[in-house]
Amino acid sequence: MTLPFILFFVFAALAVLGALLLIAAREPIHSALSLVLVMISLAVLYLLLGAEFTAAVQIIVYAGAIMVLFVFVIMLLNAGVEERTNWSKLAKYAGLPLALFLLLELGHAMSQWSPRAYGTGTGMAGGLTGNAAFSTVDLSKQLFQKYLFPFEATSILILIAILGALVLAKRDE
Amino acid sequence: MEFVTNHPVLVVSLVKIVVLMVVLMTVLAYLSWFERKIIAHIQSRWGPYYVGAHGLLQPLADGVKFLFKEDLTPPASDKFIFVLAPFLALTLSMTTLALIPFGPTVSIFGHPTQLVVANVDIGLLFLFAITSIGVYGVALAGWSSNSKYSLLGGLRSSAQMISYEVSLTLSVVGVLLVANTLNFNHLVEGQGGYYWHLIPRWNIGPQIIGFLCYFTAAIAETNRAPFDLPEGEQELVGGFHTEYSSFKFAMFFMAEYANMVTVSCLATILFLGGWLSPFPDRWTLLQYLPAASLIGLGLYLAYDTAMHMRGIARIQLAVVTLLALGLGALCLVPAAMPVAQGPFWFIVKVVLLLFFYVWTRSTLPRMRYDQLMNFGWKVLLPVSLANLVVTSFLVLLKEMHG
Repeated sequence: MTLPFILFFVFAALAVLGALLLIAAREPIHSALSLVLVMISLAVLYLLLGAEFTAAVQIIVYAGAIMVLFVFVIMLLNAGVEERTNWSKLAKYAGLPLALFLLLELGHAMSQWSPRAYGTGTGMAGGLTGNAAFSTVDLSKQLFQKYLFPFEATSILILIAILGALVLAKRDE
Repeated sequence: MEFVTNHPVLVVSLVKIVVLMVVLMTVLAYLSWFERKIIAHIQSRWGPYYVGAHGLLQPLADGVKFLFKEDLTPPASDKFIFVLAPFLALTLSMTTLALIPFGPTVSIFGHPTQLVVANVDIGLLFLFAITSIGVYGVALAGWSSNSKYSLLGGLRSSAQMISYEVSLTLSVVGVLLVANTLNFNHLVEGQGGYYWHLIPRWNIGPQIIGFLCYFTAAIAETNRAPFDLPEGEQELVGGFHTEYSSFKFAMFFMAEYANMVTVSCLATILFLGGWLSPFPDRWTLLQYLPAASLIGLGLYLAYDTAMHMRGIARIQLAVVTLLALGLGALCLVPAAMPVAQGPFWFIVKVVLLLFFYVWTRSTLPRMRYDQLMNFGWKVLLPVSLANLVVTSFLVLLKEMHG
């Protein structure tokens, strides 16, 4: 057992635990916090894979910005405890088979998986030893040279979404 | 045991963490003494004076007081989150300090040692990642207290922290463009060298606007005067920590100080050359400065002890005197001299910035909430954006013309 593997199991378990709590919690703010737990655990898993930049951005964007907004909205609306209903028909007849199918797919994919498929250095052996396979410099070169157009197009798309939100919010006045 | 020998990094890190924690706890405690003393002197008062010589035992007395106060939990509060919030605030604000390098790689007992707990390649991004979750401590404390003052205070301060985080991050990007790295060690090393062999090439020169934006945003980010709206007593009683008492309150208090220290350390690294000396290397006599200043302080304290102190206070100050003299003597040991240089300059710069923090608090009146938001979004953000655009243009020009 090496340290990266122990850390992997700890944080993978935390991610799953957070996901379960997210569904099980009845208080909206507890659900939101469980989601934060999932995101931070995922960031640690990225870190173990040597993707430092992705890990940091995962925390900054998801845990630090989006989820803060969620918590904010829940606080402002002072949302109460959720009410439990019986399972809806849609969940019973469409949701359950789909969930089972997804589980089967995941099981199949995992049985095919082997560490060697990912080449050397990118696996968990690369984490913690500082042997990052993909540095921030590489990433920025890909983003700003090879994939410049899609990158800029995405940012304009996000800008349009922000402007749309502004227009919708201002409509009443 | 085999596990530990396979991972020597664990042992070294653990030692560094313990040292950092001990030093940090002392610093956080004495920062309150530092602040109260300075504000008092600016306002022509004495400040803490009665507990120990010069009030030096005041932090200890405060700590004991916090521990013995009744720990109240509001009856209709969310118990789990109410307890979680102060832990989040303190843990996150102290974690960031693990990323701060206090000096270059030095040799300690023959081992090359980095004076940092974790030298992360993307240090700056990592630090921003940790501080960006720091909002949760404040927001959750406000929400879970189930009190309107706490909720409003929490909302205000998290809105403020989110707004100023934008300018804070943008004002730093200028430095990154010049330095071309996210690693703290490289950021500091990139600032080495001198203009005309005299004036250090720190980033504060070309990035003076960035520095001003950064420090203004940083004061707002740490919820300090003149931007301490969340604690506006006239409107909100105590802000998000109104319902907290005893040690949980102390934890928020310590978190605020830890944030101040982090932000000052970051300013030192990004703009003020980190551990680099402001004077050229050829002035070799300056390597005795750490020892000289500590021994000077010790001699002054010895004079003070002998002339002005009576009874118990005399013994207390004598201990402090011996500490200063001992540390000064340690800095004279040939093996320890090079180790002391980096941290000495780093600490001097951080203390100056902290002094500036306290100075602002005792001088400027608190802003109104709309003024705060207007200033953040309509002044600070455009200025830091303009700084970014101009800097990137200049960097591009420089690259095109060699």
